[in-house]
Amino acid sequence: MSITTAPPKESFRLGMLVYDTRYRSITIQIVALIGFLILAGWLVNNTLHNLAVLGKPIDFSFLKDSAGYDINQRLIDYNSQSSHWRATVVGLINTLLVAFLGCITATIIGIIVGVLRLSNNWLVARLMTVYVETFRNVPVLLWIVFTMAILIETLPAPRDFRGDDSEASMVLFDSVALTNRGFYVPEPMFSRGLGDLPILADRSSPACAVPEGGGPVSDSCGLFQVSLDLLLILAVLGAGFYVSSLIRKRADRIQNQTGDRPTTWYLRLGVVVIPTVAVLVLLGFHLGRPELKGFNFQGGIYLRNSLIALWLALSLYTAAFIAEIVRAGILAISKGQSEAAAALGLRSNRIMSLVILPQALRVIIPPLISQYLNLTKNSSLAIAVGYMDLTGTLMGITLNQTGRELETVLMGMLVYLSISLCISAVMNLYNQRVKLVER
Amino acid sequence: MTETHFVRTQMIEEQEPPGATTGAVGWMRENLFSSPLNAILSLLSLAFIYWLLAQALPWLISPTWQANSLTECREIIAEAGYGGACWGLIRERFLQFIFGFYPPHLYWRVVLDFALLAVALAPILFTGLPRKMLYFSAVYPFLMPWLLWGGTIWTPVMAAVGFVIGYLAQRFLKPVVGDLAATILAFVLPVVWWIFLAGPVPNAFASILPLAIETVESRAFGGYMLSITIGVVAIALSLPIGILLALGRQSDLLIVRSLSVGFIEFIRGVPLITLLFVASTLLNIFMPPGTDFDIILRVIIMVTLFASAYMAEVIRGGLAALPRGQYEAADALGLDFWMAQRLIIMPQALKISIPGIVSTFIGVFKDTTLVSIIGLLDPLGLSRAILADSNWNGIVWEIYGFIAVMFFIFCFSMSRYSMYLERKLRTEHR
Amino acid sequence: MKQTVLVGALALAGLSAGVAGAATLDDVKARGKLNCGVTTGLTGFANPNANGEWEGFDVAVCRAVAAAILGDPTAIEFVPTTGKTRFTALASGEIDMLARNTTWTFTRDVDLKFEFVGVNYYDGQGFMVPKELGVSSAKELDGATVCIQTGTTTELNLADFFRANNMEYEPVPVETDNEAQQQYLAGACDAYTTDASGLAAVRATFEAPGDHILLPEIISKEPLGPLVRHGDNEWGDIVRWTLNALIAAEEYGITSANVDELAQGTESPEINRILGTEGSLGEMLGLNADWAKNAIKAGGNYGELFEKNIGEATPIGLARGLNAQWTNGGLLYAPPFR
Repeated sequence: MSITTAPPKESFRLGMLVYDTRYRSITIQIVALIGFLILAGWLVNNTLHNLAVLGKPIDFSFLKDSAGYDINQRLIDYNSQSSHWRATVVGLINTLLVAFLGCITATIIGIIVGVLRLSNNWLVARLMTVYVETFRNVPVLLWIVFTMAILIETLPAPRDFRGDDSEASMVLFDSVALTNRGFYVPEPMFSRGLGDLPILADRSSPACAVPEGGGPVSDSCGLFQVSLDLLLILAVLGAGFYVSSLIRKRADRIQNQTGDRPTTWYLRLGVVVIPTVAVLVLLGFHLGRPELKGFNFQGGIYLRNSLIALWLALSLYTAAFIAEIVRAGILAISKGQSEAAAALGLRSNRIMSLVILPQALRVIIPPLISQYLNLTKNSSLAIAVGYMDLTGTLMGITLNQTGRELETVLMGMLVYLSISLCISAVMNLYNQRVKLVER
Repeated sequence: MTETHFVRTQMIEEQEPPGATTGAVGWMRENLFSSPLNAILSLLSLAFIYWLLAQALPWLISPTWQANSLTECREIIAEAGYGGACWGLIRERFLQFIFGFYPPHLYWRVVLDFALLAVALAPILFTGLPRKMLYFSAVYPFLMPWLLWGGTIWTPVMAAVGFVIGYLAQRFLKPVVGDLAATILAFVLPVVWWIFLAGPVPNAFASILPLAIETVESRAFGGYMLSITIGVVAIALSLPIGILLALGRQSDLLIVRSLSVGFIEFIRGVPLITLLFVASTLLNIFMPPGTDFDIILRVIIMVTLFASAYMAEVIRGGLAALPRGQYEAADALGLDFWMAQRLIIMPQALKISIPGIVSTFIGVFKDTTLVSIIGLLDPLGLSRAILADSNWNGIVWEIYGFIAVMFFIFCFSMSRYSMYLERKLRTEHR
Repeated sequence: MKQTVLVGALALAGLSAGVAGAATLDDVKARGKLNCGVTTGLTGFANPNANGEWEGFDVAVCRAVAAAILGDPTAIEFVPTTGKTRFTALASGEIDMLARNTTWTFTRDVDLKFEFVGVNYYDGQGFMVPKELGVSSAKELDGATVCIQTGTTTELNLADFFRANNMEYEPVPVETDNEAQQQYLAGACDAYTTDASGLAAVRATFEAPGDHILLPEIISKEPLGPLVRHGDNEWGDIVRWTLNALIAAEEYGITSANVDELAQGTESPEINRILGTEGSLGEMLGLNADWAKNAIKAGGNYGELFEKNIGEATPIGLARGLNAQWTNGGLLYAPPFR
């Protein structure tokens, strides 16, 4: 009937917007929307007005200006003449680096501690409980500051390594130096390397000009550069793992048909290791060792203590939470499950991988995702130890030097929001897959 | 074929269990050395504990309680020949760590306030107490700011009157103007009251009956008092907002749901420190020209928003845990949405959520240390200010250790309570 | 309307703070308190003591201004600010003036729209190194690890200095003086760079100050001074002339001890004008006639403040150097009071 869609004017009362369930939900939504728009408009209006009064209209052109400050840890080429935009990218990469490293180690430590907390060894279980409770109940900012202080105060300074009968010495066959400025570890080097591939390079810019007599282009060409050697090794490794998985599938098939599983571990190891080693030899792989020269160690990879302190503190702090999640996940699987699997004749490692783990993961993954998110967000506390992450560059020195609070803080929030949403999306995808296994 | 039967004719006397399985030895064999791996782990743990104590104890036991500066500490330690920590700092600044810059003659107000907080929380947290105490819990939110910030008593009274007006509107206007209109009026009337009358009326009352206590600026807040104030106020305010957001997120209304989801995910997606940057640098820009909240108020606003998003998720969990039948039963009784929420859903959902609320509170309380980064003098920020005193410049471990231990005591006791509650709730639901 | 909403909400909470208007002086008088931005803690310049009272050289400037306006050096709220929050706090009106070791630079004055009212400490960025490092000039620091406080002009100066001399270095950014000191003492950085006054203050608190030297190079000019917002020149005048009064007081020998006596009237017309017994300078500023007397009585003249907070008798032990009166070869030169 047409009345429901277009009620006659005289029979439509204003009250129907409130009482008639057909209209009520629409009314409420429109009121909510209008309220939201008014609020948003009011905020934007205030902001524009205030900025006009301050004489600082919204303007992102400061990003192109030269930053003027140096950043110690830069995974892409940067110097004090680079732009604020590039400083932001350097900071973002540093954020991602510490978040990535932190998530990996936090997961490893968390799983170990979570399992050990269930250990039948009284002392170990208690010790792990103490660890979990201590870390969970003290603010992470304090832990970061603490870890930094411990690194600085307990490890030797580089100058202690000097001389023949020095107070400190390098470890692991003189290849790793643990100092209170950070750790110097050997660096992989290639004597017959393939050079670097600039990404997003503008070929016509002077930085990308090929020097006379050939040779690699300068480091500042492109947004960042990717080592071709690394790409090649990764490709060979990937291919090796792919072949290895084919072998495993074949073994599965044979087992399904005959009941016997062929021994394939040496084959699977071989297809991964042998080509990789061959490529490494071909490229002339060797390790560049750090050496004490002048004020500091030179050569090798330099892991600054700000990175290590932040990495360690975030890992240990988050691991305490992950340990609880893992423990809860394991406890959530009823004992009947493993007994049933054993009754089917599965061996203990297969019980773990085929029965317990898929179910425990289902419980573990969702809270684990939010711990990863927390770790990534907590990495913004890097400024406490002077690690130059996004908060240190964009929302730190750039903000201070340019006085553009609105632009920098909003940009920073957007970047963090995107990182968080990406992590959620990826992990949710994985979560969906794990869920499917069960059903 | 010979059959051999064995019939026991006398019982063997009950024997002591083997010595190695009882007492301390047995316990150790079972719990510490049950396998070679366990034995190694145990020995490693013991070595670690010994190493830790050997490092820490000689430093901790230090005769420096009476020292007045780091130099004095060093002299005392050199004289005594043992020790390492400089505890004089903690002695001298202990009250500052607790109360910040609150006027010393008004310390009682802070103490009383937090004591009353415990009284107000007790009936909510421990179900065994008389229900009448809940009335005090309802009054407390108005009492608390008055005790902390001071000023005339009429301001909180008038704020409370707004809620009373709202309640009366909902209660008595319903038969007159109908259900939804009454609900809307219950929201609108108090707001009108607060905006237009809550300003002048207290002044009028104050001139008739001046009941006021000394005003304390929020800049005087500092130390643990600041952390607790931010944490408690933010959690208390975030509870109603969180409930609304959780309901909005569960709602069938598309726009309401998207707004709620957008807000929650935005807040949960950015680090708290960026929100605090907003509080410290941007919030005044967002407000109309001329308004100026002081920084602590701005921080409380942002922390409240932050906590609301997390609270909404906790309460959503509580709502999801309720059996569908509860909603249907409420509908079957003919209750409208708000009545169903108030009488059936929320009491149960909130009860389930209490452990989650407590852990959100612990998280927010720990996160209050971040305000030191924007220059507020919470325990961590205060420590930096104190270390700028040339008497104490150079101290590290004592002060951080002290702060960490205090936080541990607060948070650990709360988390123990939340675990106790979880256990209790679990038995009740099975 | 919207404004009423907010004002109402504020009144409701009973926590309303001052409203920043064009006439800062009126606001301050109405409030009865001066809101002054200081550091969260810098030895000798601003830190809270055990009783929660702020003290230090920058704090003394705030107190003098409060005394000049309100007649009471304690009628003041200290707002601790960080390098990040200081300028927004001032721009938004949260504080009336900022006395926080802030370097007077072109961009801050012009682009960020602030008004530096003078210089209360002439500083410059220097380096401190341990003696055993064997370094005698900053030019020898090629490849060194340098600790540096973030959020200041120092990191820009440092970048410029090393680039101009074509040297490499490893910056270690730290948040506070205390952390820098910890890293430096443990050898996590070879050198520590900040304002020379800060270096001296830090070195004074070391267990063995003699083991550390300040390098002769001063790589920048750091005129530190109080500042106010653009757009309220009357207010800027008050802060400027209060600072000038402190400086002039030292030049003319007015101290906190003899200011009452001198305020009875003296032979010197300049002193009389400063102390309000002659002329109407106070009135021109919109203050009482005894404004400068109150400012000087609050903590003493510039020289007294210097000696009390950072001078050679204190653990910080700074020499007057550039901060001596112009009559003694320094840079302090108060314009005439007439």
